[in-house]
Amino acid sequence: MSAAQWRKAMNFTATSRNWSGGRPAPSPASPSRAAAASPTANGRHLREYIGVRHIAVLAAVLIYPWIVPPFFAYQIGGQALTLGLIALSLTFLAGYGGMLSLAQMTVAGIAGYVVAILGVSGTPEISLGWPWWLVVVLAIAAGTFAATLIGWLSVRTEGIYTIMITLAIGMAFFYLAQQNYAIFNGFQGFQKVVPPVVLGIDWRDPVPYYYLALFWALAGYFFVKYLIRAPFGIALQGVRDNARRMSALGFSPVAHRVAAYAVAGLIASVGGVLLVWYNGLITPNSAGTSWMINILIVAVLGGMRHPVGPFIGAVVFVLLQNFAIDLIDRERFNLVIGLVFLVIVLFSPDGLLGWWSGLRDWAMRRMTGPRPAARGNDWRSVGVQQARPVGRS
Amino acid sequence: MTPMRRWFWVWLFGLPIAALAVWGIVDNERLFFTTALNGLTLAALYFLVASGFTLVFGLLRNVNLAHGSLYLIGAYVGWVVGDSVDSWFLGVAAGFLFAALMGLVLQVSVFRYMHGQDLRQTMATIALSIIAADIALWIWGGQIHTFDPPRWITGSTTLPIIGKFSTYRLILLATAVAIGFGLWWFLARTRVGMMIRAGVDDRAMLAASGINVQMVFAITFAIGAGLAGFAGVVGGTALSISPGEDTRYLLASLVVVIVGGMGSVTGAALGAVLVGVAEQFGLAYAPTYGIVFTFVIMAVVLAFRPQGILGRRA
Repeated sequence: MSAAQWRKAMNFTATSRNWSGGRPAPSPASPSRAAAASPTANGRHLREYIGVRHIAVLAAVLIYPWIVPPFFAYQIGGQALTLGLIALSLTFLAGYGGMLSLAQMTVAGIAGYVVAILGVSGTPEISLGWPWWLVVVLAIAAGTFAATLIGWLSVRTEGIYTIMITLAIGMAFFYLAQQNYAIFNGFQGFQKVVPPVVLGIDWRDPVPYYYLALFWALAGYFFVKYLIRAPFGIALQGVRDNARRMSALGFSPVAHRVAAYAVAGLIASVGGVLLVWYNGLITPNSAGTSWMINILIVAVLGGMRHPVGPFIGAVVFVLLQNFAIDLIDRERFNLVIGLVFLVIVLFSPDGLLGWWSGLRDWAMRRMTGPRPAARGNDWRSVGVQQARPVGRS
Repeated sequence: MTPMRRWFWVWLFGLPIAALAVWGIVDNERLFFTTALNGLTLAALYFLVASGFTLVFGLLRNVNLAHGSLYLIGAYVGWVVGDSVDSWFLGVAAGFLFAALMGLVLQVSVFRYMHGQDLRQTMATIALSIIAADIALWIWGGQIHTFDPPRWITGSTTLPIIGKFSTYRLILLATAVAIGFGLWWFLARTRVGMMIRAGVDDRAMLAASGINVQMVFAITFAIGAGLAGFAGVVGGTALSISPGEDTRYLLASLVVVIVGGMGSVTGAALGAVLVGVAEQFGLAYAPTYGIVFTFVIMAVVLAFRPQGILGRRA
């Protein structure tokens, strides 16, 4: 046993090593409050959770499509909500489970491909044309199943290995979809995959699609909010911070991690179904390397401390994507997004949420004087410990 | 692993593979051996790329996801130099040197300040790979570039059973073997190699014994990056260079080191042979499912030996 490992095994105080370099960052909620809130959650009144800002944000996102042109409702609003939902699955997995998976877009892509293959598309030789409700259920089931398998494979190692393995799995899926014509229709993929007309509403229209995406984005957001306070979520954060200690307490780290992959896969699959309807098509590139990385960028850009982060990241990403043309040549979007990502990684590892809370703390300090005491380790950090395979003792 | 268990695995995977190989030879002898040799030459290329990747990870714990970009940029620079001075060999040297220089600059100016923050380093390499790919697209455009190597290596050699086979690919195979041995000699026999191996085992002790660890890190990163650039030129000559090759070789490096074991150069050689041969056989016998073979190898290794075939549990 090397000195570093010995230190780690004996390390009873500082558990989670913050990937942002151990900077004690301000977190919105302290662990004690989170722990205290969950048992009494039923007893507290709903009003205590809802502030003016929540109502304001909800009202803003509800009236948004009526006060902007359809382009903004669909291309900006609809796309940001859809991408945000997929990135939310990564935020849950990485922020609360400590597993940075790049394969979330692959899971979404698998769900999207199932929609195209089983449902209706512009390639009737392959598409089976089943009813939409059956297709959607099967697509989400397939995506969740694939995510569970990916999780089962990648939880065998941890830390930095996760990112490599999930990247390799995602790239392998991309090449499979590109090479294979019998099932995936190769390079062309599937065109004309449209949302169904239900209740007399064409869900492809900008405003209905926006509300559809908004509904599922809110559902995903509150689902994650609930889950991170539920016993499973608390245990998952325990596994993230110190798997050895949790397993000494009788929890199974592997089972919690695989379950986290399954939950994240469920969210990503819903996002994948929405994304294929949004784009109206799916090609290997929809789940290719650049989109796998784009999901990571969206999640990191917004910040992984809170489930609202991916949606903020998605809005910024989509705005950049649509208006980078004005800043610099349209062809150079990747350069812009790469530089933005590099700047975020180098200077603000907590993303835009980190900037926001830093700004708020600064303003609070200006008003109330210096804070009484610095908080200890940040319990919400992505607790990636030193890379090593699981099962070593 | 006890000998009993080892034999169990050998039989479990060896028997079906041997049976398939016998079927392949009986069915079409020429196709089988040509595919095998193609697989070995592809493995040679994969080894050249992945050895640098694994070397950097072993010492620096830096998963350099910009490794594919180093391959691509090295290839482009080699092409430009080879085209302008009309010497393929100078192109190879330029590809190696430029990629090595890029690696050196990255290590000294970026990664050195994030030491110990694995995830942040990895994300920085992702950002750099996006930027590098876009700049390469900007400068060299989307078309395919091909090299112009000297005439005596572009012909074909007649081999028993297989018949005509590209001389260049045989040279590539020989080069990879030579570089493999060179790398082994460098790591096992030279002073810097000893420092690198000591650093892989325990960085803190290496620093405590008075070695300039940052220097060792920089040298390792330069060699790893240079190997990627070198592979870019020689691989680009065997196939071609175009945008998108960076992710292809990054995937190859990832799978090779996951299968072979992170940080082990011997593991990279073993993984490269497995992956390269599997990919070529997949392409020859089940064209649209070729990638599945690679993936199955990776999944099996991860399921039963997460640290890789020659990886250490430490």
